[in-house]
Amino acid sequence: MAHYKLTINGRGYEADVEPDTPLLWVLRDSLGLVGTKFGCGIAQCGACTVHLNGKAIKACSFPVSGVGSNKVTTIEGLSENGDHPVQQAWKEVDVAQCGYCQTGQIMTATALLSQYPHPTNEQIESAMQGNICRCGSYHKIREAVVLASTKMK
Amino acid sequence: MTAYTSNRRDFLKKLAVTTGGGLLLGFNMLDANAGTMSVLGETTLDAAGSELRFNAYLAISPDNVITIFSPNPELGQNIKTSFPMIVAEELDADWTAVKVLQAPLDKRFDRQLTGGSGAIPHSWERLRKAGAAARRMLMEAAAKRWQCDVSTLRTEKGKVISTTGQSLNYGDLATDASTLTAPTDVKLKDIRDFKLIGTAVANVEADNIYSGKPLFGIDFYREGMVYAVIQRAPAFGTRIKSVDDTAARAVSGVLDVVTFKTNVAIVGTSTWQVMKARKLLKVEYEIDGSNLLENSSDHDRRFKEMLDSPEAVVRRKDGDVTTAFSQAAKVITREYQCPFLSHSPMEPMNFFAHVRPDGVELIGPTQTPDLARNEVAKLLNVSADSITVDITRLGGGFGRRLKADYVLEAAELSSLIRKPVKVIWSREDDMTGGSYRPAVRYRFSAALDGAGNLIGYKLRGVGINTANSTREDNFPSGAVDHLLIDSVEYKSPITVGAWRAPITNFLAFAEQSFLDEVATASGKDPIRFRLELLEKAKKSPVGAIKYDIDRMMGVIKLAQEKSGWGRKDVSQGFSVYFSHRSYVAQVADVAMEQNRPVIRKIHAAIDCGVVVNVAGANQQVRGGVVDGLGHALFGNLTFKDGAAEQKNFNNYRLIRFREVPEVDVHFVNNGIDPTGLGEPALPPTGGAVANAIFKATGQRLYNQPFNVQEPMKSVRLGEKI
Repeated sequence: MAHYKLTINGRGYEADVEPDTPLLWVLRDSLGLVGTKFGCGIAQCGACTVHLNGKAIKACSFPVSGVGSNKVTTIEGLSENGDHPVQQAWKEVDVAQCGYCQTGQIMTATALLSQYPHPTNEQIESAMQGNICRCGSYHKIREAVVLASTKMK
Repeated sequence: MTAYTSNRRDFLKKLAVTTGGGLLLGFNMLDANAGTMSVLGETTLDAAGSELRFNAYLAISPDNVITIFSPNPELGQNIKTSFPMIVAEELDADWTAVKVLQAPLDKRFDRQLTGGSGAIPHSWERLRKAGAAARRMLMEAAAKRWQCDVSTLRTEKGKVISTTGQSLNYGDLATDASTLTAPTDVKLKDIRDFKLIGTAVANVEADNIYSGKPLFGIDFYREGMVYAVIQRAPAFGTRIKSVDDTAARAVSGVLDVVTFKTNVAIVGTSTWQVMKARKLLKVEYEIDGSNLLENSSDHDRRFKEMLDSPEAVVRRKDGDVTTAFSQAAKVITREYQCPFLSHSPMEPMNFFAHVRPDGVELIGPTQTPDLARNEVAKLLNVSADSITVDITRLGGGFGRRLKADYVLEAAELSSLIRKPVKVIWSREDDMTGGSYRPAVRYRFSAALDGAGNLIGYKLRGVGINTANSTREDNFPSGAVDHLLIDSVEYKSPITVGAWRAPITNFLAFAEQSFLDEVATASGKDPIRFRLELLEKAKKSPVGAIKYDIDRMMGVIKLAQEKSGWGRKDVSQGFSVYFSHRSYVAQVADVAMEQNRPVIRKIHAAIDCGVVVNVAGANQQVRGGVVDGLGHALFGNLTFKDGAAEQKNFNNYRLIRFREVPEVDVHFVNNGIDPTGLGEPALPPTGGAVANAIFKATGQRLYNQPFNVQEPMKSVRLGEKI
């Protein structure tokens, strides 16, 4: 057991967990931030996508010991009221079917758009390729990413 | 009704008391997004104090909140939005004032399950009546208050309005109205007067989904609960020989290791700790009885033997196939095979169970809460009435959560450890744990006369643990004078279950590929060929006709028109299928790019009767097409020594973002009562695509997945297809 001080969504958290505990399980089990989802555990599906200093990472395969003083953002911290432009776009396009993968999709799209506010199709496809939607909502995800790019400041 | 106060309190307590896990510092916990709502939403008991229940589906509060209870599990088919829309339509409610709650398992509801594309067809009338009856009661209450004849009143957007212009909102009338006797015979709207049904209504859960609120079973937390993972027998047909749990028990956070049936459960204080400890388990397995540890090559061999077995069960027999085939000018025989598939919903299996001396509490994602309750009652030998089931949102189902195996495990474990427990499956558990779409092989034969007419038709299906792998009354049955359809079952220790559009998810591909090949052999356009058969079935039906010929012709013609059938700029493939009461025709457009076939677009024409929610319906069709395409292209679960060889998404390939072609959706919308949409769009896709690939390349695809055969072998991860 080790003691970790983490900066998540601009706030301080502490957790006593094993160093190899994936960030995913610290978020979900220790801190109650369950918007980050468990899908595969091997960084293949993207359901657990969060940001580390603004870059998309797969929290299921990122040990808590590697976080250090880096800033973690989860879906809960993307905006105060769920009104980040990407969340708004997802709502306007009415993307979700079951909805389980969508927080990861949104986090991946947000990281993409902060790097490339007006991404090309190729950039969108490369970024979103790592997130599986088993319901097949890919068309709407694409529409929402494109719509969000018009909303990003 | 089950009594749950909001989980929020539990959650906040947890945050405050957790020491082994973590501690939240530095801000007011009430401001945190996390834990401010329950996976169960607000509860029915909370609601009962302030809201007046008109019937099982509906409560109206004096402050004018219209609460509609949605009984069927939501797994992405959008039922939590479309069910309430139907009630609200007949109620003439103001949709913006409607609040939707997931109802727990409750005997007042009928068929409280999600499966078979049956929820809306089954509930259509009762939902409409629930709304209409309450509307009538509100009007009667207004008539009493205004001392006028109820027939002079009308309703609009949640208000009762009199001829003199007086109006009261439903909340004002709710107390009076709820004391009235509910009318048993109410007039329903003319569908031409629908205001809400047939529009695009956004998902009622949108805000919660996109902000990551706890909604799913896996998100559920209860103070005092423990976490568990279970190691199941890794190969089908084996049982436990010995268990050495010494090392696993020594892992910090592990509370117990429990062996039951073929399971070894690790119980502990967090998911990661139990997952880690599980890796240290030393379990030996042995063959259970006379089971064989099967390989996929065994299946291939047995399929071929069983296609010639004299032991088949005849499913349908019209005319005399022996004579027809002996007199045929041309006979075409083709075989088609599919592998096992995993359901792989994105939310892995999980369930919470708390077995107490006075009752059992079950909470989690299930498509069949009633089955779960009954099976748990049997397992624990308790009365079903002592069991409550609360239904969380499901992170996908695809048929996997029609089974109660994972609920039973959680209940059994809770009864053994006498604690509330949440059992979580890893992805590997999910993929290797069974209940698959079974592997099936078909042999089709067609007899053509000299003029290219289809005079004889035979189909033999061999399915693993599937008594009838055919759908004997499907088209072209009824249109062929001499027909024989039979099936053989292959018994295996590998467990199977309903997978979205059971049987038809592959049968449609095989049938529609075969008919395309027969049409080509008879020198006819594939659409013309089918329409002629349907015309024949209409004029001189052979035996029983179990599909609606006009509806099938309707979607064929719509797909033909919308796809611009016959275009020369792309190679087009056609497919049409009747499944689960609805009709879907599809045309796939394929073009050659760098000597490879690339799917440009899929056009889908659907007759599902009245379209309730245009937005949700569109999404169901596009999702169904993507699902059908993805699994036809890539889905492949193989076996070695009784165990699944693919264990996670690194080698069990699902369709991804870049691989999805455009999908155009067109509804017939003919005003008949809804006939279901959860499954029907999936079955025709594989056939339309394979037939288009044939047009483009001259090569036929007989097996799934496509990507292990030419010309689709070269499809690599992340490429346009």
